[in-house]
Amino acid sequence: MGFFFEVAIGGLLAGVLYSLVALGFVLIFKASGVFNFAQGAMVLFAALSLVRLAEIMPFALALMLACAIMVGLAFAVERLILRPLVNQEGIILFMATIGLSFFLDGFGQAIWGSDIYILDFGVPKDPIFILESLFEGGILVNEFDIFAAVVAGVLVLVLATFFQKTRIGRALRAVADDHQAAQSIGIPLNQIWIIVWAVAGFVALVAGMVWGSKLGVQFSIALVALKALPVLILGGFTSVPGAIIGGLIIGTGEKLSEVFIGPLVGGGIESWFAYVVALLFLLVRPQGLFGERIIERV
Amino acid sequence: MRFTRTLALAALGAAVGLTGLVGPAAAQNEQFIPALVYRTGPYAPNGAPFANGFVDYINMINERDGGVNGVKLVVEECETGYATDRGVECFDRLKGKGPTGAAFIHPLSTGITFALIEKAPTDKIPVMSVGYGRSEAADGRIFPWVFPLLGTYWSAADILVHHLANTLGGYDKLKGKKITLVFHDSPYGKEPIPILQELAKRHGYVFEALPVTAPGVEQKATWLQIRQGRPDYVFLWGWGVMNSTSIKEAAAVNFPRNRMYGVWWSGAEPDVVPAEAGANGYNSLALHATGTSYGVVRDVLKHLYDKGKGAAKREEVGQVLYNRGLVSVALGIEGIRVAQERFGKKPLTGEQVRWGIENLNLTPERINQMGFEGLLAPLKVSCLDHEGGSRARIQQWDGKGWKFISDWITADDKLLRPFVETAAAKYAQEKSIAARDCSKPG
Amino acid sequence: MLYREAGQFKTSYAADQAVFPILQDRLALALVLVVAFFAVPLLSTDYLLTSILIPFLILSLAAIGLNILVGYCGQISLGTGGLMAVGAYAAYNFAIRVPGLDLLVCFVLAGLTAAAVGMFFGVPSLRIKGFYLAVATLAAQFFLDWSFSRIRWFTNYTPSGSLAAPPLEILGFRITTPSGRYLLTLAIVVVMAALAKNLTRGRIGRSWMAIRDMDIAAEIIGIRPLQAKLSAFAVSSFFVGVAGALWAFVHLGSWEPAAFDINRSFSLLFMVIIGGLGSILGCFLGAGFILVVPLVLNQLPTAFGIPLSTAMISNLENMIFGSLIIFFLITEPRGLARLWAIAKEKLRLWPFPH
Repeated sequence: MGFFFEVAIGGLLAGVLYSLVALGFVLIFKASGVFNFAQGAMVLFAALSLVRLAEIMPFALALMLACAIMVGLAFAVERLILRPLVNQEGIILFMATIGLSFFLDGFGQAIWGSDIYILDFGVPKDPIFILESLFEGGILVNEFDIFAAVVAGVLVLVLATFFQKTRIGRALRAVADDHQAAQSIGIPLNQIWIIVWAVAGFVALVAGMVWGSKLGVQFSIALVALKALPVLILGGFTSVPGAIIGGLIIGTGEKLSEVFIGPLVGGGIESWFAYVVALLFLLVRPQGLFGERIIERV
Repeated sequence: MRFTRTLALAALGAAVGLTGLVGPAAAQNEQFIPALVYRTGPYAPNGAPFANGFVDYINMINERDGGVNGVKLVVEECETGYATDRGVECFDRLKGKGPTGAAFIHPLSTGITFALIEKAPTDKIPVMSVGYGRSEAADGRIFPWVFPLLGTYWSAADILVHHLANTLGGYDKLKGKKITLVFHDSPYGKEPIPILQELAKRHGYVFEALPVTAPGVEQKATWLQIRQGRPDYVFLWGWGVMNSTSIKEAAAVNFPRNRMYGVWWSGAEPDVVPAEAGANGYNSLALHATGTSYGVVRDVLKHLYDKGKGAAKREEVGQVLYNRGLVSVALGIEGIRVAQERFGKKPLTGEQVRWGIENLNLTPERINQMGFEGLLAPLKVSCLDHEGGSRARIQQWDGKGWKFISDWITADDKLLRPFVETAAAKYAQEKSIAARDCSKPG
Repeated sequence: MLYREAGQFKTSYAADQAVFPILQDRLALALVLVVAFFAVPLLSTDYLLTSILIPFLILSLAAIGLNILVGYCGQISLGTGGLMAVGAYAAYNFAIRVPGLDLLVCFVLAGLTAAAVGMFFGVPSLRIKGFYLAVATLAAQFFLDWSFSRIRWFTNYTPSGSLAAPPLEILGFRITTPSGRYLLTLAIVVVMAALAKNLTRGRIGRSWMAIRDMDIAAEIIGIRPLQAKLSAFAVSSFFVGVAGALWAFVHLGSWEPAAFDINRSFSLLFMVIIGGLGSILGCFLGAGFILVVPLVLNQLPTAFGIPLSTAMISNLENMIFGSLIIFFLITEPRGLARLWAIAKEKLRLWPFPH
């Protein structure tokens, strides 16, 4: 029983990290309807910028500069990609973000290098054991994972406040609901896009910091984005709480299935099990956990 | 107007592209060596040092000796990104360059190796998979063009178990122990499984294999299973980010690192450094020594780095994968040297170099002459045995560097040879290839 | 001037329904086929054949398959790589387990197997659509990847799970030369492209397009979504499966599941979008663009003697390639095929535009 909880907790903590990446997707999809394939490349690019800048300047300054770079990127994306492609179909915009991810992969490695760079916040990585009185040997949790979960939690709170309480946040939600109505009451669409891409860039930076300090900043953290995709269909493309809860469900389901079902079929089922869970769920509720119901008219 | 401009741009692009496909003419007294490398992408941290060692050795031979017996070596890199189709394209692009074509090819990825094994007999270029690739290719009767020199994964598995028996004080002590293999879920990671299973049957240890899906950034489930199953030893068959993640996760579940053993592709600096103190005590196989205190490495520093011509940063010289690149290409160049003795001191074709590699005999004396003393174990290739006898040592990471903790261990040929021959015969039957007769001189 | 329809009258229903109603189109196509079948094998180098033309043709075929699904029926799929793998592994198993079966038959059977599997994974499309469906098809991709590396029967119990294709023997001929392999691929691709062109013009193709343009409306006018969507998945998977078998047998010769990984799925989707959704010609243009442009970019600096490190060349390749994708999308979101159509319209007037 203790082991079951241990796996479940491990899964929850891994799920938080998936949520972190999924958040970036959701923000952009919500505000501009773009399925941003370049989110993974942005995570890598942000993390690389931060870690390489931190080598030559104090960390706080590097962090600020990295934020500035992501904002600059948001400007460039809006000006060079979104504006010329306004009103195109979703799949075309999706394709354009793929072009962007190629560009960022090459650009990031060209200026920052393709080695492994270590990002260390001094968070202890040793295991701790809790509830030792209840279960034999206790339940193992990892301090670093808890740290990551706290970071993700804080980020979600900040974003939720931003969306609910600030003027810009309300404008963002208005745009998400109805582009044309928002524009007609004087919300500038282009500025909103810049803001939302900058926020997504900031989320990418946080995700890059967490994943980078877990794995070392290297190309592979761009691939982490793939782990966020089942979270998206489960939680819905447009829902921030969906991304969080979806991440937790996917993380837990994935780990439990790998540990308890995996050995029966040779293991390695983690890679697709999450998708099957999400898929079965979609068959019941096609718009995802918290997605808005799609009503279609002829 | 706008459209015409686009069209003109496209046309210009196409024209430039076509000229790009036509290479410049080659000089005469040169031997061409292609280098498939990956300096970008997910495996770049491991691929770059290998590539640097590879080209540095070639440049050093040119600088120090003016080439091999006066034949200058020319190397050209091609980026594969570890992708099989790009690797095949690189091979096709480079195979015909130089006055006599490519001397040999190091595919540097299990997938590319498997693909090039199919192409080698028609293109007549030897495939050198030094320490990787297809294990049954050690049977040179069926795979005349393939040389898995130094060691196959089957040898690696056997050597690891042998080492455990040595430390425990005999094979009988393995009875009842539990060994878990954490492997990269690809042909590379699966290669050692049949041997480890067979050895489990013979020596009575319990064997379990846990796959990790590429790229291996998420291994929590795997390591929680290890924590639950409490194996006595963990073998690691990973590559790239998977290695460092495994070591970190081992630290996270308190699995003792000194009871973890990696294959020789899971024991380099990029694998342990990101895990920081968590990697201390971690062991891995070593095909060769690391460090700069060897004649050949000193020559590289002297002839290249002192003149500012090195490919790597100076402090990276002597790292595990750097030296791997050095050793790998040196074996091929030694093959050229052997072939030159028979075919003349001129640029040779792949077919001639193949003969040279097959008749490679690195005696201790020859290893001394080459400056590889202490770096490499002796090796002798023959028509029957394309592996050349597999020896490896165990090294341990102490936080600063790798230290040997065992002497050279030789893989048990009596155990492995039947496996090699059965698998090779099956391949021959599927492809309807007739085995070469090794008693005839080639 | 050159491309003038004036004077070409349609006097029969057959002429009206012709695939290429314009004389110039027919001549151009005939010329392309003559060059492809006779001039290319004689004149081009092995590198051009094995590294560019053969993969180009095979990927075009896979792109046609995917385009049927995405471009004609409007169902985005990211499981194409997995279905190519189904084709490859099915062809392998038919070839080694049924002795004496001709490879051509194996390829067809491989296509049919892929069609069955594709139909199964197409079932969710009845309920979900758009990007939800795209991500859901990733389930197929990852599941198929996993099953080919885990279920050892598929790989005939080889220890590593990496397969080598049996020798290429078609109708009693053993094909070993690059030009032979090229001609084999070309013949298959030409036949199947013609098939696809006609399918998309027929009743079934029109039902796909109706579903694509507005599924609810299509349902109301009597098109059954179940039949239309699943038939699109089946036909698409058939093409993709044959392409997968060719990729394994003719191009690579030896493969592991990683040869059909998710990157293959993505790159095929790029080909379809860049080439032009709903256009057979676009599949060829898109495949050419996605396959050839990176190779050219990769070789340019060396060819011009520009001293750049391998890593820098590769990074530049990615940057320029990414920028080109965006550039083409902005210039013409409907793909290269649309650019071609515009070119033809201009040619009607050229050189006297007024």
